[in-house]
Amino acid sequence: MKKGDKVRLTETVSGSGCACKIGPGDLSKALGGLSLLSDPNLITKLERAEDAGVYKLTDDLAIVQTVDFFTPVVDDPYAFGQIAAANALSDVYAMGGKPLTAMNIVCFPVKAMDISVLREIIAGGLDKMREVGVVLVGGHSVEDKELKYGLSVTGVIHPERVVQNTGAVVGDKLILTKPLGLGIINTAVKSNMVDGETAARAITIMATLNKTASEVMLEVGVHAATDVTGFGLLGHGGEMVSDTEVGMVIHSWAVPYLPQAKGFAEMGLLPGGLYRNRDFRAPMVEVDEAVPRYLADIFFDPQTSGGLLISVAAGKAPELLSRLRGKGVSEAAVIGEIVSQPKGKIIVK
Amino acid sequence: MVEVDVRGFSCPIPVVRTKKAMEQNPNEVIAVLVEVEVSRENVLRLAESQGYSVETEEVSGEYRLILTPPGK
Repeated sequence: MKKGDKVRLTETVSGSGCACKIGPGDLSKALGGLSLLSDPNLITKLERAEDAGVYKLTDDLAIVQTVDFFTPVVDDPYAFGQIAAANALSDVYAMGGKPLTAMNIVCFPVKAMDISVLREIIAGGLDKMREVGVVLVGGHSVEDKELKYGLSVTGVIHPERVVQNTGAVVGDKLILTKPLGLGIINTAVKSNMVDGETAARAITIMATLNKTASEVMLEVGVHAATDVTGFGLLGHGGEMVSDTEVGMVIHSWAVPYLPQAKGFAEMGLLPGGLYRNRDFRAPMVEVDEAVPRYLADIFFDPQTSGGLLISVAAGKAPELLSRLRGKGVSEAAVIGEIVSQPKGKIIVK
Repeated sequence: MVEVDVRGFSCPIPVVRTKKAMEQNPNEVIAVLVEVEVSRENVLRLAESQGYSVETEEVSGEYRLILTPPGK
C-alpha cells in the first residue's frame, strides 16, 4: 500500500471490531484464579465481567471507568472513529453512568498509512464525544502494524443507582435496544457482498450512542443491564445469569436483527469470534431444535457497539418499551424473560 | 476436480474463494483445503446453502472438504 491511495481499512487488518477480542475461554485461562486487591469501595466485582468498573468516592458519588479499542470494522476512517467512540462510551451507559472525560487510544501504522487517515478517525471520535459533552483530556499512541482506535472513558454515577449485569428477578422481561447481526454484516462487508444501503444502515446502528436507552432505563427503573458487544447476545446474556439463582429464556422469533444477516449467515460469512462465543457458552445454553441455525448463529454473533440488554419488572416493561421507542430507540423489543428454572442457564425457544 | 487451498486465510476469504470456484465451475466437484475449524464450519454452511453434499477428511490437523454439486 502506498501513501495517498484510498485505503480500505478493513483489508489492512486480520480481525475486525469486537470480533477481534480475545475469546472468553482464553480470557478465563489468563485471569482465572489470580488474586486481586479487594476494596470495600469497589462496587463492581471484576469476576462478574461487568461492563465498566465503579468505585465509590463518597456516599453520593462514584466514578465509572472503562476502556475499549479495536481494529477497523468499516472502511471509512471517520465512521470508524464514530463507531469506536460510541462503543467505548456504551460501557458507561450500560452501568447507568454519565460519561465526563475520555482519552484516545491509538495504534497506527505510521510508515504504511497516510496520517490523514488517523486525523479523520480522531475527528469521528471527537464528534461523538461532542454529541454528549464528553471532554477529551489526553491520549496515548503506539506505532503498530495494524490500526486500532478506541477510548478510555471516565464517568460518574450515584453509588446507589448503579445498574449491574446481575440482579435480574424471576418474571422480568428482557428488552434489547438494537438489532443483532452487525458482526455478520461486517464480515460480509469484508467480502464485498453487502449493498451500500445495508452497509450504511449497519454503520448508523453502530455509531448510535446508547445514551438515550440508558437515560430511559434509569427513569423507569430496571433490575439489571449490560451492553451486547463482542461476546454476542448469548455471551452477554450469560453474564446476567451465570452463577445466579435465575435463568433466562430467549424467544427467538422476537429478537430484532438486520434481515440481510440471515442470508450471509446461511452462506457461512460468520466471524471467528462467533464460534468462540458459541463454544464458550455451550455448557449453559440450550437451543431448541426448532430454532433455525442462522438464528442461533446471529445470537452468538459478536456485536460492535451493540445495544443494551435490559432486565425490567414485567409490569414496567410496556412503559420502558414505549418510552424507548418514543425517544427514537425505535428497534427496541421484548426478546425474552427471566425464569426460576433452570437457573444459571439460557433456553432459546 | 477443482481444488481450492485456503489454508492460512481467515474468514471471510475461505468462503469467498470457495463461492467463486462454485460459480466458475457450476457442475464440478470441488475440494477445499482448510486448516482451522472456523473455516471448515463456514465452508460447510456455504456448501449446504448451495445444495452441495459434503464429505470431510481430516488429515494431520487439516481438513479436506469434498463438495459435490446437486444432482451429481
